[in-house]
Amino acid sequence: MAHNDSAPRGGHGTQQDHGAAGGHAAAHDAHAHPTWKQYRWVALILTLITVVEVWIYYIPSFVATKLFVPSLLIMSAVKFAIVVLFYMHLKYDARLFRALFTGPLIIAVVTLISLLFLFGHLAVRLGS
Amino acid sequence: MSASPALDHIEAGPHGHHYTTTGLDSRKIAVWAFIGSECMLFASLISTYLIYKGRSVVGPFPHEPCSPPVCATALKPILNIPVTSASTFVLLMSSLAMVLALAAVENRNLPKYTLGDRILGSSKLWLWMTCILGATFLGFQSYEFTSFVHEGLSIRTNLFGSSFFTLTGFHGAHVTVGVIWLGTLLAIDYKRGLEPGDAINVDIAALYWHFVDVVWIAIFTLVYLIK
Repeated sequence: MAHNDSAPRGGHGTQQDHGAAGGHAAAHDAHAHPTWKQYRWVALILTLITVVEVWIYYIPSFVATKLFVPSLLIMSAVKFAIVVLFYMHLKYDARLFRALFTGPLIIAVVTLISLLFLFGHLAVRLGS
Repeated sequence: MSASPALDHIEAGPHGHHYTTTGLDSRKIAVWAFIGSECMLFASLISTYLIYKGRSVVGPFPHEPCSPPVCATALKPILNIPVTSASTFVLLMSSLAMVLALAAVENRNLPKYTLGDRILGSSKLWLWMTCILGATFLGFQSYEFTSFVHEGLSIRTNLFGSSFFTLTGFHGAHVTVGVIWLGTLLAIDYKRGLEPGDAINVDIAALYWHFVDVVWIAIFTLVYLIK
């Protein structure tokens, strides 16, 4: 498998696949995908983060601290980013795809946070 | 076909790709735009859940026990974290199987020297794995929903029940669509074999499947773990 581990995953988008005639258009779509090894590492990291998330859920002293919710949110965001960047290949794909995904995602997150402020689940304390 | 031969490859590539003037496959642009819109759909459902969180007047409650007079009988916290953790692991592994299925289709024509190469290069195996793991996740969800109903929580019981079943039910429906989609790819693979030229179709299905996974990553933390 060693030859596969080091081989870039060109797939449907490589210039060679399309030949010279389709080269121009294909070049824009060309992207290298992660290798088997990277996929395995990504799966391992995702599993480890999930184990840590569940583990801290069962530590009452940690749940009672102010670190509990932020740490869960950070771990969840890291998992989210890893899947999107590596499994969905956004790290390797065209900028337009990134824009099509991150644009609505930013709108969604801002709307979610705004609604939580609006309904009193989040609050900013001004002054003393 | 275009009147100009120079533009022919932009409209349809050698593998039938529908290239646009951006040089990108139009179907892939469409699926990313669809995923973007789905982000906003799930954000609205998650917002609704979070806004109603802790505002249920009657039990059962997600993380807190419920005792009379709020509940007719004493009830334990209803969320079953060990079962949901297992289903989360299953969905994460299904994403791994999906990327391996896509890689197997993309690299179908590469020589396979070892047993490991043949296993990694079997698109049928990885598509089957993804389907089975997706169906297992749905099985976990059915078990969870059934046990909740038996414990007295339905979509009409309280605000938690309404927002919880709507959010997780929508997600489960998306997983179901994904499993059916993967089933059609498997059928094509058995009928004529998925070639590297079909990789774009597998890629689009994979993007949808991974999106369903990332939505669950958010739901697992926001609904199940944060008390």
